[in-house]
Amino acid sequence: MNDVIGLAPWLVGLPLIGAAILLLGGKATDRWGHWLGVAASAASAVIGFILMFRMIGTPAEERSIDHHLWTWLSAGGLDVDLGIRLDPLSLTFVMLVTFVGTLIHVYSVAYMDHDPHRRRFFGYLNLFVAAMLTLVLADSYLLLFVGWEGVGLASYLLIGFWDTGRPSARENAVAAKKAFVMNRIGDMGLIAAMALLFAGTGALDFGTTLSDDAVGSLSEPTATAIGLCLLLAACGKSAQFPLQAWLGDAMAGPTPVSALIHAATMVTAGVYLMVRSGPILEAAPTAQLVVVIVGAVTLLFGAVVGTAKDDIKKALAASTMSQIGYMMLAAGLGPAGYAFAIFHLLTHGFFKAGLFLGAGSVMHAMDDQTDMRRFGGLSRFLPITWITMGLGWLAILGIPPFSGFWSKDGIIEAAFMPVEGQPWRAWVFGTVAVLGAAITAFYMTRLFFMTFGGRRPRWAENQHPHESSPLMWWPLVFLGVGSAALGAVLGIGGTFVTWLEPVVGHAEHHEPVLPVPVIITATLVVVVLGALLAFRMYAVSLVPEEAPRGSVLTRAARRDLYQDAANETLVLKPAHGVARLVQVGDRDVVDRGWGALPQAVSWFGAAFRKAQSGYVRSYAAGMAGGVLVIAVVVWLVAGLGGAQ
Amino acid sequence: MIESEFVPPEIDWLALAPLIVVLGAGVVGVLIEAFVPAKARRATQIVLTLAALAGGFAFVAVLWPQIVAQPVQVLGGSLTLTPFALGAQGIIAVLAFLGVLVVADRTATGQDAFAPTASAVPGTSYEDLARRSGLEQTEIYPLLLFAAGGMMLFASTDDLIVMFIALEVLSLPLYVLCATARRRRLLSQEAAAKYFLLGAFASALFIFGVALIYGFAGTVRLLEIAQRLQQGLPLEGMSVLLVAGVLLVVVGLLFKVGAVPFHAWTPDVYTGAPTPITGFMAACTKVAAVAALVQVLYRVSIGVQAVDPEIMRQLQMVIVVVAVLTMAVGTVVGSVQTDVKRLLAYSSIAHAGFLLVGVAGFNAQVQSSTLFYLIAYGIATIGAFGVVTLVRERRVTPGAGEHNGPVGDDGVVLGEATEIAQWAGLGRKAPWLTAAFALFLLSMAGIPLTAGFIAKFGAFTGATTGGLWWLAVLGVLASVVAVAFYLRLLVVMVFQRAQDDPAEPQVKLAEATPGAAPGEAEVSTSGAVSTGATTGAGATATLTTVQVTTAQRIEVTVVRSRGPAAVAIAVCALATVILGVFPSPVLALVEQASKFVP
Repeated sequence: MNDVIGLAPWLVGLPLIGAAILLLGGKATDRWGHWLGVAASAASAVIGFILMFRMIGTPAEERSIDHHLWTWLSAGGLDVDLGIRLDPLSLTFVMLVTFVGTLIHVYSVAYMDHDPHRRRFFGYLNLFVAAMLTLVLADSYLLLFVGWEGVGLASYLLIGFWDTGRPSARENAVAAKKAFVMNRIGDMGLIAAMALLFAGTGALDFGTTLSDDAVGSLSEPTATAIGLCLLLAACGKSAQFPLQAWLGDAMAGPTPVSALIHAATMVTAGVYLMVRSGPILEAAPTAQLVVVIVGAVTLLFGAVVGTAKDDIKKALAASTMSQIGYMMLAAGLGPAGYAFAIFHLLTHGFFKAGLFLGAGSVMHAMDDQTDMRRFGGLSRFLPITWITMGLGWLAILGIPPFSGFWSKDGIIEAAFMPVEGQPWRAWVFGTVAVLGAAITAFYMTRLFFMTFGGRRPRWAENQHPHESSPLMWWPLVFLGVGSAALGAVLGIGGTFVTWLEPVVGHAEHHEPVLPVPVIITATLVVVVLGALLAFRMYAVSLVPEEAPRGSVLTRAARRDLYQDAANETLVLKPAHGVARLVQVGDRDVVDRGWGALPQAVSWFGAAFRKAQSGYVRSYAAGMAGGVLVIAVVVWLVAGLGGAQ
Repeated sequence: MIESEFVPPEIDWLALAPLIVVLGAGVVGVLIEAFVPAKARRATQIVLTLAALAGGFAFVAVLWPQIVAQPVQVLGGSLTLTPFALGAQGIIAVLAFLGVLVVADRTATGQDAFAPTASAVPGTSYEDLARRSGLEQTEIYPLLLFAAGGMMLFASTDDLIVMFIALEVLSLPLYVLCATARRRRLLSQEAAAKYFLLGAFASALFIFGVALIYGFAGTVRLLEIAQRLQQGLPLEGMSVLLVAGVLLVVVGLLFKVGAVPFHAWTPDVYTGAPTPITGFMAACTKVAAVAALVQVLYRVSIGVQAVDPEIMRQLQMVIVVVAVLTMAVGTVVGSVQTDVKRLLAYSSIAHAGFLLVGVAGFNAQVQSSTLFYLIAYGIATIGAFGVVTLVRERRVTPGAGEHNGPVGDDGVVLGEATEIAQWAGLGRKAPWLTAAFALFLLSMAGIPLTAGFIAKFGAFTGATTGGLWWLAVLGVLASVVAVAFYLRLLVVMVFQRAQDDPAEPQVKLAEATPGAAPGEAEVSTSGAVSTGATTGAGATATLTTVQVTTAQRIEVTVVRSRGPAAVAIAVCALATVILGVFPSPVLALVEQASKFVP
């Protein structure tokens, strides 16, 4: 392993160099820039493969390596060494980011073909890959934070990519800003967590802070505070309740961005943070419970919102929110859930990326139409997209043997695990997880059949849907195969759980409160019921081209359950009030106070200036006086000293 | 074999080498004045001067490891080469090198900043003749070398008499140099006279202090005094002699440092002296004086602490009071200045205050940060005055074409435009120069990522380590006020529209009456009354070709450097950034230098 560890920094380095060339190179790189971006990402993926195969070849107990690069900063008691942590967890992410990332790069070459700023787009994409890899490879919270901010920046730039400054593009600018600001709230949590962690343990690197000694030295209230701050960070980045509002709007960015950043990788960084910080959360049961609650709430929230959206991308975004809720829930369950949280993250990365790219392919065919009520009957025109999205659909439903089944089922089982002293938890969260699965089945089936099924097409006369270029459908095929098979490959026999064991620890096996076959059967039954209901409503009966008014719940779900209104009332309005108050105080108290200072300075200055008369005699007298002053000072000090 | 009875003194020539190179080159420079033909003289002098300073620095570098390991005393203490002293020598050599680069620049006008014949009465036909025949003052270069050599010795001796000699060696050339300005000649000469008179006064106080110390201790060597004190008071009950003596010596040094209340000369002299000389002496003299002050205080404190800590407290309190006064006056009066050179002069006074804050901690370990401060201050100062030399006034006669005559024509480009209001819109005329100047100002203000921030941090750390945290707080507050006036200048340069911008109608009209007083018609040196009744009138008669009958306009222009000054400014700017971003190598070097006793 040690002979290839030197390659690890290049995982980050290559995409970073790519981004630098593309962003600094200017128009000179316009012609071949996109291929450079693809190459940088692909090279990173190759390095990732090499490292992963070597790691598989090493004994399990040697699979966690901290590779020190250099001392980043040394200030007082704080020494931050810049280093890379290679272990099964970080390598899993590396594989996901580089492999799916490369597919999406390839897809984007065609998707962004007509965009005049395609080079810049690839520069940002490479920047994102570099930042995301920094995030997952960091060996300390501080370096993780660098990556954390880096992906935030890349996300901001890409959501606002089509912001041309014209009024028509205002939506893009607003969405980018919204994402940025809400993420910033989460980032405050990460900063606060780091401060608390440093105060408690005196270090920020994973090796020290997550060791049994350091965690043991934290009092439970401190650990709870750190855990909650980390959760706040995770909520911001992963669009979890109550910081979920930005994800839907983020769909204003180009679709490959939605697939890579806002579905497969960046938004799962919060889950990574939770799993990585597992030892701290385990020391704070209250924080753990809050994590589970947040996960459960978001799971239902996203699913409900997903049922009412007519915009294909927004429906998928709500679905992403909900699926990450599953992961969050699992991450709060302790070692029993970590492996499945990451496992679901991995399979979700494949099938959700596939679904998004499929949606992009549909939009490409339909002249950027995103309203599903204007689709219908597309399976004949877009066969490849249809089949690959179908695989993704089956995967997210959790139908065996497709990917989602293996990971989601693990989470549902883990949710049903009994918790000592709190018997209600297993039932509540287990039920929520099953219910979520049913709603997921409903809205995904709805999405699938509104797009591809239906008796008659609902698109405009002059549209001629067609399958896109191979550059776009080959990635779809790869992701479709992953959606179909990845779960089974890694799930049968517990391969993936064993692979992660060096990081997340071995989970003692408890029996769920219900027998496992019962859980699986019940889940499958509600999933099929949900899917059948959707099939009856959207495939068998006619879909109106204009959305009906719908029930109270439908209208609420369409408006994201009033999350923007809630934010407006609960946060923005009070904040505006405080801001106005502060403004008045600033103007009338602070400004006036400071205004007096320069006046005083000028007055004294003018007074002293008179002393500068220009006459040598007065200068010399001043010097003599100065000697006298000094003599008096000495005399005074001596007198005071004597008096003491 | 009969051994000779004569024992030749053992002299560590290598330890003397930096001084010998610089002062020796000064002597050679005088000979060059005598023997080298006029045409080649200037080039020869510049090359020799730069080579001597570079050589001096090279020897400092060669000596460094040896001195850090084992400080030496040469010639019985006349030269006491501690790492701190050697460091000061190196800094002086480097700063003098940069200063000479600015001095040597003739700019696109083809004229340097010095009068062709310093003795000619300004405005006379004799003066005119001298200019036309291409006379140049190349004596300035040996004078600069003598001054630099004196400063290097000043910073590295233990013997108060040698220190006095060094004080004179460095001061006398500076007095002369101050009087040699090409333009605003009377102002320049007045400045030199003031500097000389007040300098003589300070020297008298200094040597009087030396006499008192000798009366008390029977020696003028500080380390010997320290030794004797450690064995008990030489004169029981007469420690007041020691206190008075030390205080007078310190006053003499504080004069050179430019600390309040011994600062009155600074604004007038800095304004009157030719700007390149101002930069040179503002930077190098401060280094020498502060280095000497630190060593005197520290060595005295070794002995005094042994016998009577009370005296230590008194000494410290004096430095504290002076530091507070200096910061207050420097920043407060600086903030009402309207002339760039005077503003920089008050800034230099304020910096003396900040330096004293660090010195007041009386902590040997942190005095190394004083050296860093001196470097940061020195490069920013030389760079800033270098920029001032390039911002000029230009006379434009309407009707004769907007630009009558090439820029190089002396009849068009006049003296420096030093009024702050004239610097409006400079950012648009010369963006790079403005950027460099802004950098120097930010460094002086102590903004992070510039050398000045690290320097101030070190100085205030010195105070807190010495238990004077409240002094450090005062220092920070004074810095805040200082930031205000640096930023004001920045705002004027970058955000205000130039007065002579075509968008705004003209403001400054100067009636020229041919023949009568063909100098710069209206040059105000806002420094209030300081210039006496001579304001602006004593300009050089450089107007020979322009036949003026109509109203003329004074514009502000930036002349191109012929190279050296640009190089100096660029180096200073680069160093300011590098020292601000990666200070560790230099900090490590100066840390080695915190050793005052052989």
